Amino acid sequence: MADMINNVNMERLKKGEVNLGTSIMAVAFDGGVVLGADSRTTTGSYIANRVTDKLTHIHDRVYCCRSGSAADTQAVADIVHYHAQFYAAQHNARPPVHTIASLFQSLCYENKDRLSAGIIVAGWDEEQGGQVYNIPLGGGIFRQPWSIGAGFALLGSGSTYVYGYCDATYKEGMNEEETVNFVRNTLSLAMARDGSSGGCIRMCVIKKEGVRRIFVPGNELPKFWEGAELIETKRATSGKPEIALPATAGEGMVVQ
Amino acid sequence: MDAANNIGFDFSNHARNQFLGERLGSALPKATSTGTTIVGVKFGGGNTGEPEGVCLGADTRATGGPIVADKNCEKIHYIANHIRCCGAGTAADTEFVTNLISSNIELHALSSGRKPQVVTAMTMLKQYLYRYQGHVGAYLVIGGVDETGAHLFTVHAHGSTDKLPYVTMGSGSMAAMAVFESGYKEDLTREQAIALVSRAIRSGIFNDLGSGSNVDVCVITKDQTEMLRNYEMPNERGNKTREYKFRRGTTAFTKESIKNLIVKEEVKILPPSTLAATTAMDVA
Repeated sequence: MADMINNVNMERLKKGEVNLGTSIMAVAFDGGVVLGADSRTTTGSYIANRVTDKLTHIHDRVYCCRSGSAADTQAVADIVHYHAQFYAAQHNARPPVHTIASLFQSLCYENKDRLSAGIIVAGWDEEQGGQVYNIPLGGGIFRQPWSIGAGFALLGSGSTYVYGYCDATYKEGMNEEETVNFVRNTLSLAMARDGSSGGCIRMCVIKKEGVRRIFVPGNELPKFWEGAELIETKRATSGKPEIALPATAGEGMVVQ
Repeated sequence: MDAANNIGFDFSNHARNQFLGERLGSALPKATSTGTTIVGVKFGGGNTGEPEGVCLGADTRATGGPIVADKNCEKIHYIANHIRCCGAGTAADTEFVTNLISSNIELHALSSGRKPQVVTAMTMLKQYLYRYQGHVGAYLVIGGVDETGAHLFTVHAHGSTDKLPYVTMGSGSMAAMAVFESGYKEDLTREQAIALVSRAIRSGIFNDLGSGSNVDVCVITKDQTEMLRNYEMPNERGNKTREYKFRRGTTAFTKESIKNLIVKEEVKILPPSTLAATTAMDVA
């Protein structure tokens, strides 16, 4: 179910359209919310921007993660940004996160046949604290404790690579530092497996006091087991691999 | 017809053209596209001790399919005195859309009484292009210096924008980006920026079939905008080593006649009374 809503059919994108083949995520914690995204923007097989900022400012304490068509999501975010400013001027108060998410939702729902936009809205407000709203392709709205919109890979969804990791790792009551690490680790795993995600990680911590931006360069991403060392060392010590590789090990992938 | 209802592009002939296209096969006329290399770089500010600015560059080849339609066209378009825009994609669309936004920016400056900002021009362009969902095929690099500093953006035909310190676009964008990715560093001086931009354009000219001819450069700083048209001309036609004209007398002829082409004419000035009569008659 989750895959169906997070996947974009590539034929929905117009020819030559700029695509945010994306790994995005947001996680709420006690007192705030952490947003994160990779930085890759593609046109077909060309990376049009390798340092994109997909975390878009909507208002003082509300940001969104954009995925899908760059043009569509920028246009929608610009419209919602306008309404958020208008709301603040009329009510002399910051717009609640749910109000912003609802604005995104109605735009995405009413124009569902014209848009390819998967958006996560996250932010902090006085009433409900840190909140995460997922607004996937059809224009639904779902409040979640955490959300990964790591969809939009060329084949299958990038989110499928890390759903298991998230389910196994997420626990209630994480503090700010733990949440930031959770987002950073999830995204680097997704970026390593998903061809249309990559570059560096941009994060954003939204709390009552303000917004903090975190940048992780591409060469400082957390590394997990990448496979090479084990086979390399075994080869180096004994001259031939000690681990018995299955007969089909070479199929479809290159080992040296 | 009310002019206000007639603004923008008219797609009413689309169905007819498609029908004719199917009947004619491949004989449909093609739009001239600027198979292009366009680039932009920010420079100055920071530790350079120079005022900050942007340097834009473009090649000068326009193509229509496999034919070079114009060997020395201008792809750096005027938006405002301190804002310029390089265009790639459909030549007519880049020309039209930059003219339109230039005009609207001028009106905006007049009504607000302020110097227009680069983001304003960029937003107007992206909103216009988004409305046409990519059918207006303009791929742009927009740069300039305003009260808030130097700015550089790319705008894609579908309406998405990017803000970067160095950008390339068009069919030669990969050749040019290869030069930028290897040669760019922070805190470029003005001279270094111009050299890097022209090297990137040259890379497009020589390595991309859609780009060619000369290098145009435009340097914008707070105080002045310099349009360096044909900054480099690496493809000038050389002198032929031999003369290929036929020698005099090669063709035999049977007769010769010479006509005097100078016609003599006598001008006679009419007295004013006759002139007045003619005028009066005309009025009646």
